[in-house]
Amino acid sequence: MGRYIIRRLLQMIPVFIGTTFLIFFMVYALGDPVAAMFGDRAPDPAAAAQIRRDLNLDKPLWQQYLLYMGKIFTGDFGTSFNGRPVIELMREAWPITLRLALIAVFFEMVIGITLGVISGLRRGKAIDTAALIGTLIVISIPTFVTGYVLQYLFGVKWGIAKPTVSADATFSELLLPAIVLALVSLAYTTRLTRTSVGENARADYIRTAVAKGLPRRRITIRHLLRNSLIPVVTFLGIDIGNLMGGAIVTERIFNIQGVGYQLWQGILRQNAPTVVGFVTILVIVYLLANLLVDLLYAVLDPRIRLA
Amino acid sequence: MPDPYDQRPHDERNSATELRPMDLATEEAEALERHEKATPARSLWGDAWYDLRRNPIFLVSAMLILFLIFIAIWPSAITSGSPYDCDLSYANQGSQSGHPFGFDNQGCDVYTRTVYGARASVMVGIFATLGAALVGTLLGGLAGFYGGWWDAILSRVTEVFFSIPILLGGLVFLSVVKSGSVWPVIGFIVLLGWPQVARIARGSVMTAKQNDYVQAARSLGAGNWRMMIRHVLPNAVAPIIVVATIALGTYIALEATLSFLGVGLKPPTVSWGIDISTASQRVRNSPHALLWPAGALSLTVLAFIMLGDAVRDALDPKLR
Repeated sequence: MGRYIIRRLLQMIPVFIGTTFLIFFMVYALGDPVAAMFGDRAPDPAAAAQIRRDLNLDKPLWQQYLLYMGKIFTGDFGTSFNGRPVIELMREAWPITLRLALIAVFFEMVIGITLGVISGLRRGKAIDTAALIGTLIVISIPTFVTGYVLQYLFGVKWGIAKPTVSADATFSELLLPAIVLALVSLAYTTRLTRTSVGENARADYIRTAVAKGLPRRRITIRHLLRNSLIPVVTFLGIDIGNLMGGAIVTERIFNIQGVGYQLWQGILRQNAPTVVGFVTILVIVYLLANLLVDLLYAVLDPRIRLA
Repeated sequence: MPDPYDQRPHDERNSATELRPMDLATEEAEALERHEKATPARSLWGDAWYDLRRNPIFLVSAMLILFLIFIAIWPSAITSGSPYDCDLSYANQGSQSGHPFGFDNQGCDVYTRTVYGARASVMVGIFATLGAALVGTLLGGLAGFYGGWWDAILSRVTEVFFSIPILLGGLVFLSVVKSGSVWPVIGFIVLLGWPQVARIARGSVMTAKQNDYVQAARSLGAGNWRMMIRHVLPNAVAPIIVVATIALGTYIALEATLSFLGVGLKPPTVSWGIDISTASQRVRNSPHALLWPAGALSLTVLAFIMLGDAVRDALDPKLR
């Protein structure tokens, strides 16, 4: 187990370097951060050159990248172009998005898996058809449409939830945005669980368990669910990264000042240190989530040995 | 019913006759031959097409898609005005005669703009899917066929692309593009979409390569090129088609989301994403300007996802 984790961590290094370099390249080489600092005015050439020297932008790209990465590992994410240290922005934004994503994943797991198990065990019945049609419709409506429609209905028309989220981003305020964020993934989770449960319900060990006279509840939870969850766990692991990236849309609709909001501002103003810093952390979260998924495999299925 | 715990490879599961001793099988083989003369044997594709023609979901979604492609090519067939023909004095007015969907906040006819918006979505969907499928099949297929260092490098590269959240990559990449036409968006989707196809292509080429008939072709002296084109590709392409059809719907949704965020298509291109974004600022007073393009967009994505589902059901031998 320990050796497996170390090997996986080592394998992550090239992926981490590749991904961060790609983002670094897009932000620094395709755009011109210094020109963006001056807004619409033409920058004074001497001042621009001075800024380039200060920010190491006059060096070749690979050297800039190495310098940047070196600083990151000492905890210095640089200073955003409007003068605030990026790490300070992160300290404000990450807890909010993390809370949002965790509530969303909670909905996905509880509602998605429950619905999936119910419809997988009652294949072809009314509830199964309803779940299939419902999830299909949810999948085809893009998040930004659901976001505005639910915000309009719940927040404006019926006044059940607050249409926008304050700077504190309390739990009750984040409930509606989290549902919006979770909906599409929730539908995928339901469909995956349904397929997986439907396949496993015919397996020999289920027939054995039924023949032994075990209570249905126990068969479903201990035998069926445990074996059916592997593809679902894979999906949820990959989805954590997508949820945090996808939070850009949700955070914009509900005016949440989280990671998506900061990234959005950073990209629009070509605020290069902010963008690269936030994306770097996102990539690390994504890679660690994938590792966690692989470790969970062994817990769910003892036949899988990690070595 | 397929048995999920069947340990044999998929291609052997349904050929029970092969496992019997020869002398017992002769009589049955003759019977089988007579049977085959009565109903001609269908290939995987023939079988899939037979299934699809009888699938109502396929028929409905295919008709919807044909209609969309029709209005994408020829929008003036069902509209009379121009999408740029706007009159501010009509701004935000609701439905009225001659203008069934009402007007948006620029006073443009929502019906006309919704019809003209189909072109951008359909173009992005089809061309991005074609591009991603071609690049992905080529790179993934070669990796699966040759293996070795090329495969190792490709696997790492796909991992790199997978760990960039697609919306984020789109924002960063497209925010530096000044043009508002469909081509940069298509280019970006191909750039981030091909690894998904490559992964599937790699796996299915690796499976197809192991088949006996491929080994037989090799022992008969077939070159790599001939083996790939004649033997491996036709037997590996079904999963790629399935992934590509389902991806098409999600690419259309992605384009709309990017346009909504202001980095995808930009005016004067007419796009559902842009119209939804503009209308969202006035959703409290005139929700109709948001609901029509949003409905059209959702219906389009739904049609392509249903088509993908139907194609998957028809092509997946496990579900037979």
